[in-house]
Amino acid sequence: MTAEAKQAPVTGRPAVTGRPAPVGHARERTDRRLGYILVAPVVLLLLAVTGYPLVYNIWNSFHSDNLTFANSPHNFTGLHNYRVSLSSAGWVPALERTLVFTAVTIAFDIVVALGLALMLHRNFRGRGFLRAAVLIPWAVPTVVSAMLWKNMFDPRYGFVDYFLGAFHPAWSSLTWLNISVFRSWVAIFVADSWKNIPFVAIILLAGLQVIPNDVYEAAKIDGASWWQSFRRVTLPLLKPALSVALIFRTLQALLVFDVIYVMTGGGPGTSTQVLAYLNFKFFIINTDFGIGGAMSIMLCVLALIVSAIYVRAFRPQTAR
Amino acid sequence: MTATTLRARHAAAPRRPRDVGKIVRETLFYLAVVIVVLIALFPFYWILRTSLLSNFQVSQGVGGKNGVIPSSLSFSAWKNVFTQDDFQRPLLNSAIVALGCTAVTVVVASMAGYALARLKIRGTGAILGFILLAGFFPVLAMIGPLFLVLRHLGVLNNIYPLIIVYLVYTLPISTWLLKNFFEQIPAELEDAALTDGATRLQTLRRVVIPVAVPGVFTAAILSFILAWNDFAFAVAFLSDPHKFTAPLAITTFGQSQFQVFYNLIDAAVVITSIPIALLVLFAQRRIVSGLTAGSFR
Repeated sequence: MTAEAKQAPVTGRPAVTGRPAPVGHARERTDRRLGYILVAPVVLLLLAVTGYPLVYNIWNSFHSDNLTFANSPHNFTGLHNYRVSLSSAGWVPALERTLVFTAVTIAFDIVVALGLALMLHRNFRGRGFLRAAVLIPWAVPTVVSAMLWKNMFDPRYGFVDYFLGAFHPAWSSLTWLNISVFRSWVAIFVADSWKNIPFVAIILLAGLQVIPNDVYEAAKIDGASWWQSFRRVTLPLLKPALSVALIFRTLQALLVFDVIYVMTGGGPGTSTQVLAYLNFKFFIINTDFGIGGAMSIMLCVLALIVSAIYVRAFRPQTAR
Repeated sequence: MTATTLRARHAAAPRRPRDVGKIVRETLFYLAVVIVVLIALFPFYWILRTSLLSNFQVSQGVGGKNGVIPSSLSFSAWKNVFTQDDFQRPLLNSAIVALGCTAVTVVVASMAGYALARLKIRGTGAILGFILLAGFFPVLAMIGPLFLVLRHLGVLNNIYPLIIVYLVYTLPISTWLLKNFFEQIPAELEDAALTDGATRLQTLRRVVIPVAVPGVFTAAILSFILAWNDFAFAVAFLSDPHKFTAPLAITTFGQSQFQVFYNLIDAAVVITSIPIALLVLFAQRRIVSGLTAGSFR
């Protein structure tokens, strides 16, 4: 579709009627001026909410700026904030937790979402209902899904232990949140995946829908089994959709915040404190904008590195 | 193509074992569908169920008379949610902020989307790249500086600045979506009007905008969902319960020192989900096409 749009010349095309276009170059010039006016608000607004904070963070990260000591001057402190972040402030353990969480979540979500997408791709009665049912968990606020699962994992009020109790009496009163590190992570993981798998599935579904049917037919004629045609035909052709899903999901998981805040508050202890939560803590609770700024910059760099890796890995190859 | 499908059908028809296998496969497939639907929706049933319990039933915990299907229902929690001001106000706040942000997004993104699709401005690629990058910007990294700015302006703890702040969620996806949408509108339509001597702005008003309504509508739905769902900015900037948005209010709602009133919390959770659930049910096609529009370009 892009190719088509690019081919269709927008302005200055030869007039079909034989009459010369009434304004020609002049129109192109006024068009361009109008274009800048129309684009300016988006660019300015986005600069205000992303560019400005970024620059402010960079400045803050090299200065001391803590509202607790509001009257002290914002002195230049060099790399001090970065050094504190990396040593005593707990950024490195938070990074490790975040990376492990991200890796596990992505592997699980992509596989399940792929199954779900294949299911949604089939033409069957009730497909519309299934699609709506799957979309609702994605669409509700993260806080709602986190609160909901916090409730579900509650040993007294939720259904998880109620059902588990049917298998083993000791499981009927498991405390999931804020006692056991492992179980806290499981609960967070469930809440997060339940909410985010639908989104990945929808992206992959769109990828499946652009694969032309003839390719499958051809594979079938060649006697390929379902698995063979999935491995050799579907997966390679799904690569663009997979890459988009991976990038979105990875960045989301790296920046996971709402679920952690609601379900564990970083606990037990600091064992579910991820990068975004730690950053929030330094900004809003400690009101330390120097160290918080340094952490933010490192977070941005991390996000940038991860995106760059993906973009390189999924760069379209000319020859296969 | 028809020949091959016909051949395949003829080959498959006489063999009976195939049919049995097909029935088994179909059954398994529908079983999987049922499981997926259960996983997606059962938690919602559970919160609805809990919200309809009395305080006493909740304090007793799950089991016995209060199993999966409780023996008696009570509307006390729902009544409380609607009579207590501490949830009505947040709902109203959320509505104001989400609708405000949607309105700004739709206008600004339509303008930019049109310009990027149609008017040959220099640096279109760079602008689109910047917009995409802004969409991936870590939200938590913005919180500190924006906190300082709002504090300096004296509008911390005020819901209206959130309308601007939430644009970081809504503008990138909406601009891309609308740009793609405008590209799909045949250029001939506009050119005809332009050749007839209409100015660019007249063409926009008479020709482009009427055709663009579906795209704008999709962008509006997505923007509303994204703005309604924010938690990070709200929890960072708002401290007065009267100024809370609905998602933020849920996290502090129904919790006294002695007991957590899950029926109250869950009533609030249900209410917060309803506008979103309705949007999804009525506009799932649009949402899906909107989410995937800019994906593979």
